[in-house]
Amino acid sequence: MQFMLLFSRQGKLRLQKWYVPLSDKEKKKITRELVQTVLARKPKMCSFLEWRDLKIVYKRYASLYFCCAIEDQDNELITLEIIHRYVELLDKYFGSVCELDIIFNFEKAYFILDEFLLGGEAQETSKKNVLKAIEQADLLQENQSEDWGGLAAEEVL
Amino acid sequence: MALKMVKGSIDRIFDKNLQDLVRGVRSHREDEAKYISSCIDEIKQELKQDNIAVKANAVCKLTYLQMLGYDISWAAFNIVEVMSSSKFTYKRIGYLAASQCFHDGTDVIMLTTNQIRKDLSSPNQYDTGVALTGLSCFVTPDLARDLANDIMTLMSHTKPYIRKKAVLIMYKVFLKYPESLRPAFPRLKEKLDDPDPGVQSAAVNVICELARRNPRNYLSLAPLFFKLMTSSTNNWVLIKIIKLFGALTPLEPRLGKKLIEPLTNLIHSTSAMSLLYECVNTVIADCCVCVKTDTCPRPPQLCVQKLRILIEDSDQNLKYLGLLAMSKILKTHPKSVQSHKDLVLQCLDDKDESIRLRALDLLYGMVSKKNLMEIVKKLMVHVDKAEGTTYRDELLTKIIDICSQSNYQYITNFEWYISILVELTRLEGTRHGHLIASQMLDVAVRVKAIRGFAVVQMATLLDNTTLLAGSGQHKSICEVLYAAAWICGEFSEHLEDPVHTLEAMLRPKVATLPGHIQAIYIQNAAKLFAAVLNGQQGTPDCQTMQESSQLLIDRLPLFVQSADLEVQERASCILQLVKFIQKLQHKEVEVGEEVTALFAGELNPVAPKAQKKVPVPDGLDLDAWINEPPSESESEDEKPVAVFAEEELRHARPHHTEVDEKELARRREARKQEQANNPFYIKASPTSQKGYQDSTGVEHIPVVQIDLSVPLKVPGGWMSTSDKYLKLEEERRQRERKERGKKEKKKKKKREKRSGMGRRHDSGPESEEDIAPAHMVDIVTEEMPENALSSDDDEKDPNDPYRALDVCDIQGNLQNGSQVVVSIIFENKSTSFLKSMEFNVLDSLNSKLQRPEGSGPHDGLTVPFQLPPGVSNEARFIFSVQSIVMPQRLKGTLTFIVKADDSSTHEKLDFKLHFTCSSYLITTPCYSDTFAKLLESADLKGTSVRLQEVSLPFHHLLAKICFHHHFSVVERIDSCASLYSRSIQGHHVCLLVKYAHQTVTIDAKCDESSLLGNVLEEIKKTFSQS
Repeated sequence: MQFMLLFSRQGKLRLQKWYVPLSDKEKKKITRELVQTVLARKPKMCSFLEWRDLKIVYKRYASLYFCCAIEDQDNELITLEIIHRYVELLDKYFGSVCELDIIFNFEKAYFILDEFLLGGEAQETSKKNVLKAIEQADLLQENQSEDWGGLAAEEVL
Repeated sequence: MALKMVKGSIDRIFDKNLQDLVRGVRSHREDEAKYISSCIDEIKQELKQDNIAVKANAVCKLTYLQMLGYDISWAAFNIVEVMSSSKFTYKRIGYLAASQCFHDGTDVIMLTTNQIRKDLSSPNQYDTGVALTGLSCFVTPDLARDLANDIMTLMSHTKPYIRKKAVLIMYKVFLKYPESLRPAFPRLKEKLDDPDPGVQSAAVNVICELARRNPRNYLSLAPLFFKLMTSSTNNWVLIKIIKLFGALTPLEPRLGKKLIEPLTNLIHSTSAMSLLYECVNTVIADCCVCVKTDTCPRPPQLCVQKLRILIEDSDQNLKYLGLLAMSKILKTHPKSVQSHKDLVLQCLDDKDESIRLRALDLLYGMVSKKNLMEIVKKLMVHVDKAEGTTYRDELLTKIIDICSQSNYQYITNFEWYISILVELTRLEGTRHGHLIASQMLDVAVRVKAIRGFAVVQMATLLDNTTLLAGSGQHKSICEVLYAAAWICGEFSEHLEDPVHTLEAMLRPKVATLPGHIQAIYIQNAAKLFAAVLNGQQGTPDCQTMQESSQLLIDRLPLFVQSADLEVQERASCILQLVKFIQKLQHKEVEVGEEVTALFAGELNPVAPKAQKKVPVPDGLDLDAWINEPPSESESEDEKPVAVFAEEELRHARPHHTEVDEKELARRREARKQEQANNPFYIKASPTSQKGYQDSTGVEHIPVVQIDLSVPLKVPGGWMSTSDKYLKLEEERRQRERKERGKKEKKKKKKREKRSGMGRRHDSGPESEEDIAPAHMVDIVTEEMPENALSSDDDEKDPNDPYRALDVCDIQGNLQNGSQVVVSIIFENKSTSFLKSMEFNVLDSLNSKLQRPEGSGPHDGLTVPFQLPPGVSNEARFIFSVQSIVMPQRLKGTLTFIVKADDSSTHEKLDFKLHFTCSSYLITTPCYSDTFAKLLESADLKGTSVRLQEVSLPFHHLLAKICFHHHFSVVERIDSCASLYSRSIQGHHVCLLVKYAHQTVTIDAKCDESSLLGNVLEEIKKTFSQS
């Protein structure tokens, strides 16, 4: 997989993960082009399109589009499964996830993605293992948050 | 210090955290940029503080802003600071920021090496994990080199969580620092047996990706993966393994065969569509490999069945992928896909445009003579209901592509095609007017039989004002008027009412057309005018002539004023001419012939290879200067000498090779003479034959008369005419079928007698080959320059980068009934030494290269010599041929090593061997009484052929037939002779050649009618080329 983009129906980028090194300018250009192309497609159309020398696999969940770019020999259906798996993970983690969860906790969305995919390849196919790793890392973070200076505590004040 | 700390924490009360920022951005939709720039100012302040928590918060916000498209590269150093924090909470944020915005050009990456190394070896697995994840995004060649060892160690970490990440990231490391691959590979291979399935799957992943880049190195792992494939139940892993095999099989075709079984099992058993799709794709790819080497076990029938299920599925995704895979099968096994035409046509009705486009792609490869009209009719219906112009244009180009592919191979009725083109012109707003126009021109010029019909149709187009009216907005479609005007002018003899068309071409509205079209209108109006004059010549009524002169004189001044130079120039030129003609008319001078002479001569299509065939005249050096460039040297005396010397050097080589070629040709000719006298030699391939299938000119084709009781006009209301042709064509085919049915019956009786020859495919009367076209594309009469070179090169790829080696003469030699010896002369035209030549031919079912015992059916034969530069040598190869009744073309490859001074390269040269039917004939003497008995016997079937415009003396003609087609003269009386020959399988071939008024009639008899037909075809070719 070369990259994954999440964007809203209005075309706002919600998450981006690039597994190939590209300049910011190139990334922006690709994002703009793809968001436009995908949003222009009718709802009943299939999830695949050919774009430059890549294949684009996308799927819409509620108001969010999940969009992946894969190479010519890659399997479209397994990519759809990857997208679905990621949505399931987000769902389990946030508890019926919605777009706002991803907007406000975008770093968490990234952490989950990073536990699931690494360098564009699926690294863990078991949902349970991914969630376990995230929970433990979060736990570690919370234990340390006494040192965080208690931003939350201060807000209460 | 303490104060500062307190101050810091008070400040932080007012700090925004990420949530605040997000909320803020969402509530400042109107002035987002302004709001964010104020936020960035705040963040800059926060980054200046010592408190790492504040910094981390700032970096987290920056990461969010980066996603919104703001540049945060200026904060790279702060990101490194946060990465270096000892607290996991901050470290995690730092690495995330880095992985989102660092790239090869970020210079602070250099500073991170030690920090990352520390994190990799941290006792906390999550520290290590975060570092590995980050690294996978921003690893640079330097980082890869410095950290490769550390990561390699982690591949054997106690925790599978780390092992798995380490294995995956190694792939990125290999890409950035390839030297690490060799030392790391043994450990990577070990991981294929890791007890943890996640690690195992990661290792499969990495090796699969590596193998896709360079499969050769991973062939040795095939058995291991084969075992894994049959034991693993994890679909993700299976897909990767199958993909890996997909990369390996092109290198090792035997692997493909071995895979068929497990893949078939998976296809039957799996319920996961992704796995099924991967298997099907790999089987298809394997079959492509098999087909190339001609060992395909069977057409992937199973795949086609499964794909049919996918295409029939209601899920758009499966439908799309099914069609995609189907088009891959189509390339290698067109027959097995063609039976699913109904399904593909159904997909044209799909609501999803991308599926319709896929189906269109498939259709292109599925048409045949039989179904072309039906498919195009369906497409035309779609053109009518298509919504967006993009899709409609796509349909239009596809229709034209489908019809015109392979030189109009599938079109049996060009009247139908012209009607289709005319129907397409009514598409408003299409971008492809030019394409339609070029098709009209091409067909009208090349298919002589259609010209009459085309002209009438084009005249109607010109007469129709719709296209003219549309010319304002839709520039493109009026291009068809360019074609229409030209066709009407050039072939004006077919016009029903030339005066009317002339009038139509000179309407004032024409002036609104683009300049280049107006220019064509004017030029062709002049041609039409000439035709009118010529047509009226000799009739007492000269009113029409005078009227048309007056028409031109009245209408042309409008064009003389045109802003377009070309239009203006042509118009004024022709206007003056007409004025002059009018004057002559008043004096009652007959001018028709003179005016017609202006446009005399028929325009014929020129073969694409014509220019190549023009030999460079002796002594002409295209590279030589025509005028020497002005010299820079001062001394006039010495210069010419220097130049002369230089020139000679430069010319020495090409001149030399030319002599070589001539010499070679002479030798070749001498050898042919010698062999012609030797009854045991058969002259094999007259290689000068053109590669085209059809050799007969249009005149010889029995064009079926189509009963056109309905006047074929396209009236103003644009009525569909193509359908009518569909019906007519059906009728025509039925008629033919009946006729053929009769013949077929006779043939069958014949065949029962000759049991030995029963191997021909008994294709039913419906089969593709049997549909005789109503018109032929007139490629054969394409003009070739006189004294064209005989075209050995025709068989070879003209772009062959390595033309040094020239495989020439193919000399057949008879051994026994089923063996043919082919002598091949290898000539090294290059300046390098050639060795290790291996000769290989792709066997057909009928003709096979005989290979020594024990070698496989695809092994090449070693050529038993090497070739120093400029040397030629001859090698002989034996072919076994089963049926000799059809000509054969075999593709082959010669591989060889080119040894240059410092290096040697492996090269290959593709060639084709052409076994003509004549090459299976042996010159056999026959006495006239035996000959007479043969003719009397009922076993021989007869046919005849007629050659026109043969200007050779009769004895030359006979000599030519004898020489090229291995006949011997039995008896000759005046301009009539009987000839005899025998095939290597004992067929008798008898000819009676009569010659009168430059026309040769050959009545022929043979006990094998297709052999005879082919031999006669070849004789015809010999004479059409001389």
